This record gives sequence, structure tokens and C-alpha cells, in this order.
Amino acid sequence: MTDVAVIGFAQSPCVRYGDGTTSGVEMLVPIFAEVLASTGLTQPDIGFWCSGSSDYLAGRAFSFVSAVDAIGAVPPIMESHVEMDGAWALYEAWVKILTGAADTALVYGFGKSSAGLLRRVLALQLDPYLVAPLWPDSVSIAALQARLGIEGGRWSEKDMAEVAARSRAAAQGNPQAQLFGAVSAEDLLDQPYVADPLRAHDCAPVGDGAAVVILASAERARELCPRPAWITGFAHRIDSMELGGRDLTAAPSATAAGRAAGAGPDGAGPPIDVAELHAPFTHQELILRTALGLREETQVNPSGGALCGNPMFAAGLARIGLAARAITAGQADRALGHATSGPALQQNLVCMMEAR
Amino acid sequence: MKQQAAVLGVGQTRHRSRRADVSIAGLCREAVDRAVADAGLTLADIDAVVLGKAPDLFEGVMMPELYLADALGAVGKPLLRVHTAGSVGGATGNVAASLVEAGVHGRVLAVAFEKQSESNAMWALSIAPPFSMPLVAGAGGYFAPHVRSYIRRSGAPQHIGAMVAVKDRRNGARNPYAHLQQADITLEKVQASPMLWDPVRYDETCPSSDGACAVVIGDTAAARDTTAAGRPVAWIRATSMRTEPTMFSGKDHVNPRAGADAAAALWRDAGITEPAREIDAAEIYVPFSWFEPMWLENLGFAAPGEGWRLTEAGETEIGGSLPVNPSGGVLSSNPIGASGLLRFAESALQVMGKAGEHQVDGARTALGHAYGGGSQYFSMWVVASTPG
Amino acid sequence: MGGQGECGRAWGVYCRVEAERVSLCCVSQPLRAPLEIGFDYTRSLGPVLSQFMTALAGRRILGARAADGRVHAPPFEYDPDTSEPPGDLIEVGPEGTVVSWTWVAEPLDGQPLAHPFGWALIRLDGADTAMLHAVDAGSAAALHTGLRVRPRWSAAPVGSMRDLACFEPSGTGQPPDRDAESQAGAGQTGEPVTMITTPVQLRYEHTTSAGESSYLRGLAEGRLLGQRCPACGKVYIPPRGACPVDGVPTTDDVELPDTGIVTTFCVVNVPYQGQRVTPPYVAASVLLDGADIAFQHLILGCEPDEVRMGMRVAAVWKPRAEWSTSPGNIDHFRPTGEPDAPYESYAHHL
Repeated sequence: MTDVAVIGFAQSPCVRYGDGTTSGVEMLVPIFAEVLASTGLTQPDIGFWCSGSSDYLAGRAFSFVSAVDAIGAVPPIMESHVEMDGAWALYEAWVKILTGAADTALVYGFGKSSAGLLRRVLALQLDPYLVAPLWPDSVSIAALQARLGIEGGRWSEKDMAEVAARSRAAAQGNPQAQLFGAVSAEDLLDQPYVADPLRAHDCAPVGDGAAVVILASAERARELCPRPAWITGFAHRIDSMELGGRDLTAAPSATAAGRAAGAGPDGAGPPIDVAELHAPFTHQELILRTALGLREETQVNPSGGALCGNPMFAAGLARIGLAARAITAGQADRALGHATSGPALQQNLVCMMEAR
Repeated sequence: MKQQAAVLGVGQTRHRSRRADVSIAGLCREAVDRAVADAGLTLADIDAVVLGKAPDLFEGVMMPELYLADALGAVGKPLLRVHTAGSVGGATGNVAASLVEAGVHGRVLAVAFEKQSESNAMWALSIAPPFSMPLVAGAGGYFAPHVRSYIRRSGAPQHIGAMVAVKDRRNGARNPYAHLQQADITLEKVQASPMLWDPVRYDETCPSSDGACAVVIGDTAAARDTTAAGRPVAWIRATSMRTEPTMFSGKDHVNPRAGADAAAALWRDAGITEPAREIDAAEIYVPFSWFEPMWLENLGFAAPGEGWRLTEAGETEIGGSLPVNPSGGVLSSNPIGASGLLRFAESALQVMGKAGEHQVDGARTALGHAYGGGSQYFSMWVVASTPG
Repeated sequence: MGGQGECGRAWGVYCRVEAERVSLCCVSQPLRAPLEIGFDYTRSLGPVLSQFMTALAGRRILGARAADGRVHAPPFEYDPDTSEPPGDLIEVGPEGTVVSWTWVAEPLDGQPLAHPFGWALIRLDGADTAMLHAVDAGSAAALHTGLRVRPRWSAAPVGSMRDLACFEPSGTGQPPDRDAESQAGAGQTGEPVTMITTPVQLRYEHTTSAGESSYLRGLAEGRLLGQRCPACGKVYIPPRGACPVDGVPTTDDVELPDTGIVTTFCVVNVPYQGQRVTPPYVAASVLLDGADIAFQHLILGCEPDEVRMGMRVAAVWKPRAEWSTSPGNIDHFRPTGEPDAPYESYAHHL
């Protein structure tokens, strides 16, 4: 199988109310420039472009079309789009390079959640006959999942607060983070519930942002990057949509994706130095640690994770980009990037990367 | 590096203006069950699923792959949802083929659908954001001015559009799945039908349909198993995709460069030097009749300005030198998200010899084509009865 | 993309600007306007859900037995393990047990109750899976895992999930009047329910890019401001977020006259919702003098069959008192009577 590596990553600042429009162009233009400059590539050098975004975030059909203006697609480009987090666009691009149709790919994801009421919009992801007509918001869905784990003895509210505190402290080193700072779990636990048993700190902030990743085939990667993040495994799986029919305290699709990507929930293989997990709720990080079989030594979300900045449709891609950056920057030899889609961790993707 | 991939089975729904007898999942399963059975497989044999559909707003379901995971047999499997506007059906086929060509999966199910009767396609396509130019023409009115430009540029006689409509609807009447069944349509009827957006008449426009299409794509081992069981396959010789912006200074709306570039890359990768001679059947995305001569030129079947001559001479009829849309095409059925995959599927049916009453005799090599957006997204493939 | 507006606030800080009035404060701030999209989706149910909804209309709840023996309520259309449709559906409930819950202090539009309520996963008696629904428990303190709940049916069931108005604790007040329930239960008509209607109304705030804001503020003053790409020099009106050819932001305003030509056009004969003018009328691609892309607009002031490719036109503005930051300030374009532009001069814009 052809080797493919991540050789570049950039993300816009995660902000509560971005200046840009729902077309994403204003968020994308600067990070396209940044990521291309960092690799020495120019727009015509890119063999394949692929993006992830959602019409329902923008409130417009075909909303992804305007983003193509940020590319400068004249002469015409090879390009595709998924109505999913950019992590799945990255997967499509990885496959494209494996077929030999391109040797470089630029993948982007973007979302302006501030345009609408995100937690209400996400109710439309639910079963259109049996659930969506009740408009259950996404925070409540997550709260139901959190309570199952608490009452099942899997985790406690204190465990959840500690995830938040640790994430915010780590995010102090992330210039793009929306939330960051030194805060104690005890102080966080003093705050009221927003959706019992979830408190504000248990939920990712709503905000706008974009992310971009560049992939290259082996030959190009060695030319363009001193220490590429080689993709050694890339897989995704989905669970049943029946919220009441599956065990919400586990994420079997994450486990299966991790196994297929070579992450090894049994702890097999060399240690994973860094894992960037796309966990928009504190308890979901705990679920994913277990599902992926992460060992204690693995540093989880040194960026602060989605809890400190969650640009919809870019956050999963950003996790992979950040994990890759840990390798390209020499801070890690083996890293895992994870992305999730759908309510309560229904669908999961894992990208394993290594230095050589 | 690239592995060979083949279409093992094809399925589609009976397309109708309203499929009130099924849920969204039921609509998809009708096509999926047929495709999987056509391939001699079960859903359990499928390694991965690629779902394509046009804007979520049509059905009011956000990211429907989440809801459809169980219905598509995808629980515990990889499931991807592509969305490239009207070309999405084509992109679905191309992405599914890529998964096999990359050696990632052995059997991939591509499925595309639209259940647009749940809302109203005109409404969904006409939502104008604040501050935008007041809508003056509605969705069809976007394309009619470019048809006028083509007629002006090429000097094509006025009856060409009507000829395409007659051909495609009569072909549709030979296709039991087609939405519009108009065996008795005539040139006179089309030319007498109401003018909607001059120069485009009612009978020259596509219907709004509920429908789904599914295609099973497999690797050489899977193809061997299928042919060993006495079932033909369609080998995917090449795929291509190109995008250009909706609007830019210098854009050619009549002969978009993205379409021409995609076609040139396709012919090159498929080893085809004379498309008009080497392609036995072409399923081309023609939502308004005049797009047949326009796309014949864009695809390189005819020189610029000459596409209409092929139509006028009857060459694009079944039995002509280059049958176009023997299935009846988009003019006969248009579930928007599925239409592109239907073109890909019908091209495969031709070279598999399974197109029934709309079979082009002896078809060995065929083109499937889809486009979308403001004539900006193009995806296409060439399939053949041999691996090449 | 940092910087400050003239008021000294950093960009990225929320600063409300009314769409109708231009703030004197920050001309570089985007314009904002509400965007509401809504439709009453009509969903056909198919055989399994039709049974389920018909039963709901009759105040019965059905489930489906999966291949592994578990009873799913609500029923599945396709078994998560085997992908097969279920066999005969089985009656479950009506009572059930809360297996998880949360509390909604401020209900959102469309949710089952307008006062604070709980969401719960409820395992109905006879089922192995849980159903998501609302519980009118009165307070979070009254809601707990293990609570026994029963349906509160809507007064006029139609065959939808909303026929279950919500659940309530089983010990609530008087036991349900079973006689009244069985009388009131619809579905006595015997008509199967085959469709549901789901209204979906969403509200967004639409914002404009810097170039668009400039163009719209220009329109409010009766001026047509396009934007020039610094790389290729082409002028775009309306401006796009970036030059589509070069992928760079267009930064320079270029004032254009309100005259130009028709490059191509169609005659609209078809009526549709929101139309301003009765058909037939001409929708044309209008290329303003000095612009490099055309936009679609209405041509009035002559018969539709008098419009030609290349025809010279001029904007007809609405009365100044009606102007706002909107391209709607131009009512239509009219022929000027000048000689047509030669085909070669605009052929490359087609």
C-alpha cells in the first residue's frame, strides 16, 4: 500500500462569533495561505481538494459551493465534498492518493455555528419519524449518556470536571483555543447544571472556525517535509442510530475503528505518545479512552481538545492535524487523531500516524 | 498501484413524483436490495457503504447517513456521505470505485437517493439568503439563458431541443423504472407544450422524482466470483472529477472548462482517442433537453458548435452511432441526489447486457456522466465489458 | 484576519448592526439579517412505521422483536444486526421505567413541553430497548432513574410521535380514566396512518463579508460598488468572498455606472411563489459597464419579445425613500434605446 503522510496543518482561531460568513471563505483564505506556505506548495501544486461542512449550519442549501471561491479553482481542480466533519474528507483524500490519482491533497473543514442555535439544529440528525419531531437538543442527548455512565459506576462528575480542568490548562498553550485557563475541578463542580448532570464546563463551547490539512504521497512527503506524520492506519465505523438500543456508555464503533487503524485497544504495539480525541463532552473523552484502550502514558488532548474549541465540521479534522503536528514538530513519535459524528458518539474515525 | 474495480450489480427504484408507499429508509432499501441481489450477494458481504444525496434541506434530515446506518446494513462498517450538488450521484460512484481501486475494500455499496416530495424541490432550490439579488426566474430560469447562448453560438435550429425530449421520453417508456412513461410523445406535442423559460418548454424539462439507485462495486476477486456464477460485470476503466467556481470572470457557461477537462482526463485514462467512435452508449446528465448537444460538445463527442448535428441526424437514438440516454435519462426521472448514480448505473447495465428493452445492441464500452451546481461539478466514468 | 473597527472594538467581538440602518460607528462591520427557513415536511411512513403510528393514534405502543430476541420500542425498520425488517409488531407498555434522564430548564421551540421538563430514556414494559421522550415530572428532584412513568396522550391523536404528548410519573394524580381513553382513542376509524407532517422551522443570523458589506452600503446610497481582485484585476459585482479565480480577497471598491448590456436572457412564463411580476417577463444576465461578471435581473419597459442579446439597458431605481442596504433598491433594468453591443464584445461572457 502506498504510504501517505500528513505534512501540513493550520487552523483558524476558534471564536464565539467569527467575523466571517457561513460560506467559510473568510476563515479559509488565511489558513490556506498559511498551510501552503508552511509546505512550500502553491495552489496549482495540489492534486486533490476535499472538504467537510454542513448546509444546516449555514441555513442554506449548497452552502459548501461558495467555499470553492477560497481555492481559486481556475483552471478547474479535482475536488470533492462530504457533508460530514472534514476528517471524513481527509479519509476520502487519503483514498484518492492511494489510487494514484493525486500525490498531494488539501483537505479543509469549516463551520459557523454562531449563525444558528446549534444544539437545536442538531436535533435534525435524529430519526426523522420517531425522535426528531420532539426536537431533543444535542446537549440533552449527551446528558442522558453522561448519567448512564455515572449511575453505572463508569465515571463520576468529578472525573468529568477533571477532564475539563486538565483540558483548559493544556489549552493555555494553544493560541487558537476559544477557552483556556487555570481552573480547579472543585471550582467547576460548584457551578450549576446546564443539563443535569452536565455543567457548562462539561460541554464544548459553541463557536466558529476552520481547519486545513495537507496530505502527500511518500515521494512528495519526503521532498516537502523534514519529519512527515506517516499514516499507518485510517479507519471509521458507525453504530446503530437507535439511541435507546445501544449501550451509550461504550463506543463500539470507536473500538472497531481503532482496531482497524492499528491503534490496538489491548495496548499492543509501540506506545501512542499523543492522542487528540474529538470529545465535545467531558464524559465522552472518558468513553473514548476506554474504547481505544489508551494507556496512562498517552498524553490526551494537549491542545485542550474540542472542549476548548469545537468548530463544527472542522474539529475532527483539527484533531488529526494537531496529532500530526505533534509528530512533525518532533514532540511525538506515534500519534492518534480521532473524529466523531452524530449524537452520542454514534460514528467514529481513527487516524494513526508515526514518525520514521 | 491502482487496482481494478468492477460493477457487480445494479438496482434502482421505480421513480415517481411521490413514493408515498415507503419511508426514506424503505426507498433506499428498494434500490439496495435489488443491487445486492443483482450481484448475487447479501448485505453482509458488503465491506463499506458510500451514500450520496443532494442538500439535506430537501428531506429535512441532517446528515441522513446517521439515520440510515441500520437500513443500509452499515452498522459496524465504514459509511461515508458525499455531497457535490447535482453531480453527487456521480461522485458517489467515483468515491465507491476509489475505495476498491485503492485496495481498501473488496466490495463497496454505493447508494444515492432523493425523496424530494417530502418538501418541494423548487422551494429548496430557490431559498435566497438575505441581501441577495431578488430571484427573478426560479431554478429552471438559471439554465435557460445559457441555452439561448448555445443556440446563438452554434446556430442550431430551434427544433433540436424538442428532438431530444422526444427521444429521451420514448426511451424512458422502454425503461420500467422511469418516472415519465411517454411512448406516444411527438415533436409536435413537445413544441406545443407551454413555454416555461423561453427558449425551454415544459416537455423539455426534467420531472421532480422520488427515487434511489444502488451499485455494488467489487475488486477483481469479487468480479471473478460474480462472473463464475454466470453474472456479467462492468469493468470500471476510468473515472474523473473536476470542479470550477459557480461564477467567475471568463466562465464559459455553455462549454464549461471543468467538464471539458474532466472528459479529456477520462478519455486519456481509459485509453480512448476517438470517443464518438469508441463509446457505444452514453448516459449523460441532461436535465433540460438542449444540454444534450451542449454536453456532446463539452465531452468531445462533437466539435464546438456541432453537437446538435448528431442529435438532428438521429445518431443519439438507440440504433444510432452514439446512443445517448437509452434509459430515458434525467428528462424521464430526476431524483436529484440519485440522478448521477443512475447515469453511472445505466452505463454499467448497457455493457453488462442487462438493459432489457432499452439495451443498445452490442454495447461494450459506455460513459456515465453527471454534473451539478452552476455547471461546475462534473464526475464521469467509463465502463466496459472487459477489464482492458 | 485581526484588526479593529473604527469604534476601537476588535473584529471578532459581537457588534450588532441593524440591516436597515447603517451604523455610523463601524463601517467595516458586517451587515446582519435574520434568515428563517421552514417547511412542513410530509413524510410517508412505509409499512413498519405506518403500523406504529396507526397504533399510537389508537393509544397503543408497538415494538419489534429483533433476530436476537430483544424487543425494540419504538420498533426498528431494519434490524441493526441482520438488516431485515421486523415480523409482526408486538404491543408494549403503556407504562415504563426511566433508565436515564436529564432536565431542561429552558425548553426550545418545538420541544414537547413549554415549561421545564425532563428528557428520559424510557424502557416500556415488555421492551428491551428504551424510547426517548419527555417526562413532565414538575422538577428535576422528582425525576430519577427507576421512576415508573406512563403516557400522557394528546387530546387529538393523529398518528405521530406527538400523540404521546409526554410521559408523566405513574403515581401522578388520578389514574387515567380508561373508559375515556378508549373512547377518545382515534384509530377507531380503522384508517391506517401512512403519512406524518413534521414542521421544521429554523432561524439563523446571516452575515455579510467585508466586500459584500461595502457593496450593500453603497446600494443604500444609490451607488453600485463592485470589488476588484488585486491579482487579476477583474471586477466582481455582487462581490464574492474572494476572487474565485485567484482565491484572494477582493479588496478595492470600484464604482460602476448603473448601465450595461444584456448578455443572454430567458422569458419567464412559469408562475412560482414569490414572483413580483406577472409572467411573461424577461430574466436577463446583465453585465454592467466595467464589470467582469453578469448578474440576473428583471427587464421591463418593452415587450419580452423585443429583448435581444447585446441590448443596452439602464437601472430603474425604486424611490430613494425605499432604499436600504439591498440590491432590491434597483427595481428592474430598462432598454435605453442605444445601439446593441456587438456580439464579439460580450461573447466571452456567455
